[in-house]
Amino acid sequence: MMISLKGLHKTYKGAQPLHVLKGIDLEIKEGEFVAIMGASGSGKSTLLNILGILDDYDEGEYTLNGTLIKNLSETKAAGYRNRMIGFVFQSFNLIPYKDALENVALPLFYQGVSRRKRNAIAMEYLDKVGLRDWASHLPGEMSGGQKQRVAIARALITHPQIILADEPTGALDSKTTIEVMELLKELNQQGLTIIVVTHEADVAAQTNRTIHIVDGQLGGKD
Amino acid sequence: MKFRFDSDQWSEIFSALSRNKTRTFLTAFGIFWGVFMLLLLMGGGRGLESTLANNFAGFANNSGFMMAAPTSEAYKGFKKGRRWFIETRDVQLIRSSVPELEIVSPTISNWRGTAAYGTNKSNVTVKGEYPDVDKIDDPKIRKGRALNDVDVNKRRKVCTIGSRIVEELFTTDENALGKFIIIDGIHYQVVGISGKSEGGVSIGGNATTTVHIPYTTMQHTYNRGNKVDILCLTAREGYKMSDIQKKVEGVIKRIHTIHPDDTQAVLTVNAEAIFSMIDNLFQGVSILVWLIGLGTLFSGAIGVSNIMVVTVKERTTEIGIRRAIGATPTDILTMIMSESIVLTLVAGLSGMTFAVLVLQVVEKALQDDTSGATFQISFGVAVGAATLLALLGVLAGLAPTIRAMAIKPVDAMREE
Repeated sequence: MMISLKGLHKTYKGAQPLHVLKGIDLEIKEGEFVAIMGASGSGKSTLLNILGILDDYDEGEYTLNGTLIKNLSETKAAGYRNRMIGFVFQSFNLIPYKDALENVALPLFYQGVSRRKRNAIAMEYLDKVGLRDWASHLPGEMSGGQKQRVAIARALITHPQIILADEPTGALDSKTTIEVMELLKELNQQGLTIIVVTHEADVAAQTNRTIHIVDGQLGGKD
Repeated sequence: MKFRFDSDQWSEIFSALSRNKTRTFLTAFGIFWGVFMLLLLMGGGRGLESTLANNFAGFANNSGFMMAAPTSEAYKGFKKGRRWFIETRDVQLIRSSVPELEIVSPTISNWRGTAAYGTNKSNVTVKGEYPDVDKIDDPKIRKGRALNDVDVNKRRKVCTIGSRIVEELFTTDENALGKFIIIDGIHYQVVGISGKSEGGVSIGGNATTTVHIPYTTMQHTYNRGNKVDILCLTAREGYKMSDIQKKVEGVIKRIHTIHPDDTQAVLTVNAEAIFSMIDNLFQGVSILVWLIGLGTLFSGAIGVSNIMVVTVKERTTEIGIRRAIGATPTDILTMIMSESIVLTLVAGLSGMTFAVLVLQVVEKALQDDTSGATFQISFGVAVGAATLLALLGVLAGLAPTIRAMAIKPVDAMREE
């Protein structure tokens, strides 16, 4: 089992405590392509943050590829994020003053890979997403689709166990949406586990399984 | 905890600092100016001190001088206002009764002497001295020799003369040594030329226009008898002149039947007191310099800290992304800290370089006037300043680093 959630609870503390996740049980197998859908405020972002080890949870258990993810130190969490998870964001989240190659290579920098080696690997991955010729371009000089493909190359470079995509097509037009989804599908066919958070039904339709989250609990599956 | 620091780190720092050039420059200027001011003021203080030190060069700082003046108290049948003189026989008595003294040397002077060579004339001060007075006021003989004991014993008519007298009596290509000059009507052979410069401190008048002749020679040719003009004293190692001088005064008053409470009959000058006053003055100047310099430097560091905090706030998203893709808190700490240290060091070292340059120019320009005053800061000070800068960089980086470490990757992702 790639991902296993058991009775997951999360409450945001504050003047008015907000109980966001109310007992989530979820299992995702290796090689699955899953969409998580839900209205805003349903807790889908919180769930994604927990899956991505960006946020901690209060109750329950989260196991990622056999590793229990709970109460990790910041340094340990950073290490797990770096090696196990590839992130793709709605707003691409590329570093604006670094060119495409440097952006793709950045996760390897934090692994301590030498400059020459990581640039070679990064070039390989840029080639995979069809952007070899754009390696020395800054994000500002690229279209949304290109930027998202750079971001996907960055997510792939560390050979992660799962790809977490938060509204990956949210900022793209319909043509590039299809391109990006085709790329994700292709990666899935190569055996990668992919989880996409979306509110677009036709994006969800292209995945193998859609999980609905309603008011902090999992709803119907189709 | 692992620090990753390679050539990339440098290019990261450089690109981070060069993204907003104006802001980086203005921030760096605060540090630059602080270091520049601190070092410039230090150099200036040092230059002033060394200029003054040059004036006192060759002058023993544990020395004192005594002269006779009319009494101000009636005592043992003598009325007040009596004129008296220190006499040569007093010297031996003082030596034996005040063992703390190292040198007791009498001098006599003629402040309105004339020296002549051929048709050239010069107004001079003539001083009759024993050789041991050189230990108090070193004539810094540049050419020839100083007066010695044989000159005194044989009452030789020889003299050493100041540089001004040489200029006025001789042409530039003439060698004054060995020549006979006429001083107040009597021929003396020039055996030495004093190297003391204008403005230097010396006993009884400007050293450049002073003729030194043996004490015994002056005693006879000027018919001075046993009367001494100025008695020069130095204390032995470990004694303070100001303590001893009281004792000497007591001895002199006893010999010459002067009222013990008479404060005006014996004029005393204490070089040690003057030196310590000047010392205190420069200590005060140095404290002021440090206060102003460090104050400016600290305000510069606070400026760096301030701007870096703003920069970190602007880079929240970027730092969040870095954290999301695997940067540890240590990585973020290294990044922000190194930016702060590099900025502070580069700005500070340029300030230091500029200050060194300015001080060098000042030193070169004033070299002739003040004969070798040192304005330049020492190597030790430079090393100390560089260390201080690195430390300031760390201090300035503290607040922004703490802020950057508090950024959670989640926050960055929420920012749309």
